[in-house]
Amino acid sequence: MTEFVAPEIDWLALAPLIVVLGAGVVGVLVEAFVPAKARRVTQIVLTLAALAGGFAFIAVLWPQIVAQPVQVVGGSVTLTPFALGTQGIIAVLAFLGVLVVADRTATGQDAFAPAASAVPGTSYEDLARRSGLEQTEIYPLLLFAAGGMMLFASTDDLIVMFIALEVLSLPLYVLCATARRRRLLSQEAAAKYFLLGAFASALFIFGVALIYGFAGTVRLLEIATAMQQGGLPLDGMSGLLVAGVLLVTVGLLFKVGAVPFHAWTPDVYTGAPTPITGFMAACTKAAAVAALVEVLYRVSIGVQAVDPEIMRQLQVVIVVVAVLTMAVGTVVGSVQSDVKRLLAYSSIAHAGFLLVGIAGFSSQVQSSTLFYLLSYGIATIGAFAVVTLVRERRVTPGSGEHNGPVEDDGVVLGEATEIAQWAGLGRKAPWLTAAFALFLLSMAGIPLTAGFIAKFGAFTGATSGGLWWLAVLGVLASVVAVAFYLRLLVVMVFQPAPITPGVEPARDDSPRVETGAVSTGSTSAGSATATMTKVQVTAAQRVEVTVVRSRGPAALAIAVCAIATVILGVFPSLVLDLAQEASKFVP
Amino acid sequence: MNDVIGLAPWLIGFPLIGAAILLLGGKATDRWGHWLGVLASAASGVVGFILMFRMIGTPAEERSIDHHLWTWLSAGGLDVDLGIRLDPLSLTFVMLVTFVGTLIHVYSVAYMDHDPHRRRFFAYLNLFVAAMLTLVLADSYLLLFVGWEGVGLASYLLIGFWDTGRPSARENAVAAKKAFVMNRIGDMGLIAAMALMFSAVGSVRFADVLPAVAGDGTGPASALISTGTATAIGLCLLLAACGKSAQFPLQAWLGDAMAGPTPVSALIHAATMVTAGVYLMVRSGPILEAAPTAQLVVVIVGAVTLLFGAVVGTAKDDIKKALAASTMSQIGYMMLAAGLGPAGYAFAIFHLLTHGFFKAGLFLGAGSVMHAMSDQTDMRRFGGLSRFLPITWITMGLGWLAILGIPPFSGFWSKDGIIEAAFIPVEGQPWRAWVFGTVAVLGAAITAFYMTRLFFMTFGGRRPRWTEGQHPHEGSPLMWWPLVFLGVGSAALGAVLGIGGTFTTWLEPVVGQAEHHEPVLPVPVIITVTLVVVVLGALLAFRMYAVQLVPEEAPRGSVLTRAARRDLYQDAANETLVVLPAHGVARLVQVGDRDVVDRGWGVLPQAVSWFGAVFRKAQSGYVRSYAAGMAGGVLVIAAVAWLVVGLGGAQ
Repeated sequence: MTEFVAPEIDWLALAPLIVVLGAGVVGVLVEAFVPAKARRVTQIVLTLAALAGGFAFIAVLWPQIVAQPVQVVGGSVTLTPFALGTQGIIAVLAFLGVLVVADRTATGQDAFAPAASAVPGTSYEDLARRSGLEQTEIYPLLLFAAGGMMLFASTDDLIVMFIALEVLSLPLYVLCATARRRRLLSQEAAAKYFLLGAFASALFIFGVALIYGFAGTVRLLEIATAMQQGGLPLDGMSGLLVAGVLLVTVGLLFKVGAVPFHAWTPDVYTGAPTPITGFMAACTKAAAVAALVEVLYRVSIGVQAVDPEIMRQLQVVIVVVAVLTMAVGTVVGSVQSDVKRLLAYSSIAHAGFLLVGIAGFSSQVQSSTLFYLLSYGIATIGAFAVVTLVRERRVTPGSGEHNGPVEDDGVVLGEATEIAQWAGLGRKAPWLTAAFALFLLSMAGIPLTAGFIAKFGAFTGATSGGLWWLAVLGVLASVVAVAFYLRLLVVMVFQPAPITPGVEPARDDSPRVETGAVSTGSTSAGSATATMTKVQVTAAQRVEVTVVRSRGPAALAIAVCAIATVILGVFPSLVLDLAQEASKFVP
Repeated sequence: MNDVIGLAPWLIGFPLIGAAILLLGGKATDRWGHWLGVLASAASGVVGFILMFRMIGTPAEERSIDHHLWTWLSAGGLDVDLGIRLDPLSLTFVMLVTFVGTLIHVYSVAYMDHDPHRRRFFAYLNLFVAAMLTLVLADSYLLLFVGWEGVGLASYLLIGFWDTGRPSARENAVAAKKAFVMNRIGDMGLIAAMALMFSAVGSVRFADVLPAVAGDGTGPASALISTGTATAIGLCLLLAACGKSAQFPLQAWLGDAMAGPTPVSALIHAATMVTAGVYLMVRSGPILEAAPTAQLVVVIVGAVTLLFGAVVGTAKDDIKKALAASTMSQIGYMMLAAGLGPAGYAFAIFHLLTHGFFKAGLFLGAGSVMHAMSDQTDMRRFGGLSRFLPITWITMGLGWLAILGIPPFSGFWSKDGIIEAAFIPVEGQPWRAWVFGTVAVLGAAITAFYMTRLFFMTFGGRRPRWTEGQHPHEGSPLMWWPLVFLGVGSAALGAVLGIGGTFTTWLEPVVGQAEHHEPVLPVPVIITVTLVVVVLGALLAFRMYAVQLVPEEAPRGSVLTRAARRDLYQDAANETLVVLPAHGVARLVQVGDRDVVDRGWGVLPQAVSWFGAVFRKAQSGYVRSYAAGMAGGVLVIAAVAWLVVGLGGAQ
């Protein structure tokens, strides 16, 4: 009888994951045992500490992994510098994202429903709102999502990757449904995300099955080695591999938000609570792109040696998706009238630019992708953080602050996401506008912002892979994208605020249901949640756009993002040099 | 030296931060903003002093240091990195810019006292100082270009500073635009020069380009840049220098630029920015030496401008415009010297330095006079001011003697050096020494005439010709202390640096040691002749404008006077030769642009919107259609991949 031998595990290599996921578990316990008053603070501190701690471990691990990549737990976690770099980026972006999530702003409310499970418009919801309930479970959920993303990017085993995919997706589905305002829209978004996500997961796992059928293993590196050594039945069976890799890729492209697997993106980004949208847009993209790069490049190692034809097929897939993604992202983005949707299409377009860099299959793709993910992520989190602060406010004409108070007058409502509403923001909040402008310019890729260096890297990746024309297309798409970023900028800075803002309180837009019902006309049947009370907006009153003050965390996140955007644009070598070290896929 | 090199970026950093605070701080900084501006400039000056003293302490051969700051991006053969070059030449400019700059900042505190936008004025001044220091401290043509554009921008903003709320607002705005546009023409030269350098050497850093021209000393064949290329680069650089330094044929903007506040005229349009062209020429010395043709053109441009400016100066009645013409003429001297090769470089920079002091002093003096006379600038309405403005009178007098080149005042040491250098014979072209030498002496005579005219029309004369209600008085100490400093500089700087060749030795590590050549005339003869014509010119002017009565209305004058009064028809010439043809071409292009290009490109956004609207419909909101889209997408992509590779394989 053989004795049980405990496996040797390099705990340090797992530490970033353990810290983040472990803190998630602790967070669930906090929900159960910490008194309600202290819960929120405890959760925020725990979450931020976990992410910072995870990042600290990553920093400690970095020199070691750069010198020698490792596989731990029998290969389930494969830590290459690229994977570790992605983990670091996710930790940083998640940290910033949590700061935005934690901000209650001057209105004293966060962006989440007091009782997300309550049916919108019921008395139970009213009760929950009035008793000041708060859902602090979002913090452990964020930690689970972040942990899943970090694992997603650092495994070689397709099954582990699938599990990580679910670990990161399930909390996100829930988080999407928790918006405080426009709850029906939020729940609809979550349902869509869940259904389509399940569909994509199915495709992914089907692909894994096909690959297993071909190779008898789900480890990408093992497959690559076996193919190089000719140990696999390639003749006649390569179709199985191609189909498998294609399906796995589709599963990943769904998470990346690439066309034609992007359809969920605008709806979900619009419906989800804005801080969650920022977190999701930045971190999920980072994790999914990193996973995509690892899968494609590891597969290509084996395929290139055996059958260049398959390699070309792979490349064509990525090129086609990249072109479609850029085209749809920029073209449809340019006709949007809602800020969140515009940012969603911008996110799709950026997925296209990232794919342009990846399609080159050149060796420098790791460093340029990492840099791109970081610069895109900080601009995105910053931009969505700004969106959380631009709000609607109900006022009664003729009863300005000095004309004697009208009950409930000046109550802050939900976010003002119509682009037209942002007119004149530059005068109302110059600093906030400046920061937002900076994020837009970075996304547009204007020099001296991080986005320029990032795009430069991505397009260089394509050209060094011989895909000149693709890089040219990328530049052209960027030009179209610049047009829509600038349009928003022009509205904010150069258009004066409308003198009589739209009289209708809530625009007639069926999915955008405020809590309760839609208010239509003078019947004033509608009620919009504001501070702690029910608020009705009658036709005699109007909605103004206002900028609420941050309580600190979101302002901090915006400031950090803005400064980082400039620093990465002016001194890119600080990060580029680090990213350059991350050029190993293979342990 | 290496322990203090880290301070060098602060030379630019202090004024840049000052400008940023003043511009971004808005009205909150109105109360103390001007002093912050002074402080930023002064701090930069202190850093400059520290660096200069350390450099004096280092051996001559170690006095050129390239300090790498950072690499912005590195792509293939192109490395965009920025660095600072510290050597005697750049430090000379640092001292000039920060010292004179700080004095002018102090002066402006009082001069702009009643201006509601004084803070903005100081922000621009700080911006100018930062840009000018970037220009002279750059270690590559690229960074130099950044500074070059920066001073252009600051100059534009300051010329047009009074573009609202004044009767002359429109003129000021037009003057600013004129300066900006003419400078752009020159900038094209700099860009073209950089392109040529990059194609020939693959770099635009001084450390790579300049040695590449000279070769490794084994003869011209070892040089990376052929004589033809060097000539082209040299001429392009000259074009740039002409634009920035108001040299013929791009001189027309300088006179109009006097519309800006007087401290601006003193700092930017007399002492520092306009001399950037001379700096560019001296810095690019090796390129010019490799291209004798370009060198000759530089000398010709300098000679033409020096006469042009001097002639214009004799007829101007506006005190600032007369000084502007004089600036143009003096820079002509420097340009001429810069074209003479190593023998002239040191004197070009020396004259630039002394000129920076005495011309800034003259301009500030003019500002003081205008301040006293309710912004009157017409010299025919001055006269007899010496009793009322004694400090201005004495300090401007020192500047006047300096620019005349009377020993022992500053101008003598530097200008005389240039005249002597102009008389040095050039092998194979004996006419050159005589022609350019004579021009230089002639220029000195005319200079003496118009400066004496200016001086006595303002301060001398038997009776004042003032307009009603003038009560001239000295300004506050903040205004006359800078005048005193500059006056002392005008009187003594030349002798301090000139005797024993201190300054030429100091510059030797940069410009190289000039082989000694004898001028075609003995040096004492040249000095004597020059002094004699100068005294004659001055006496003539004294007789005409101090002894005789000056009419309050300008007499019609001779043909030459009328021409000079109208700047020798420079604007008319530009109008007919450039503007009208350009208008024609522009109209043609505009039609083509509107009817062909725009209409063509107009289709693009329409197409984008149309496609956007179509794709938008696909965003139906139904999960089932999204899922179908995904499934269809998988199939389509698989088919495309199979088709493309299949067809590609069949070929």
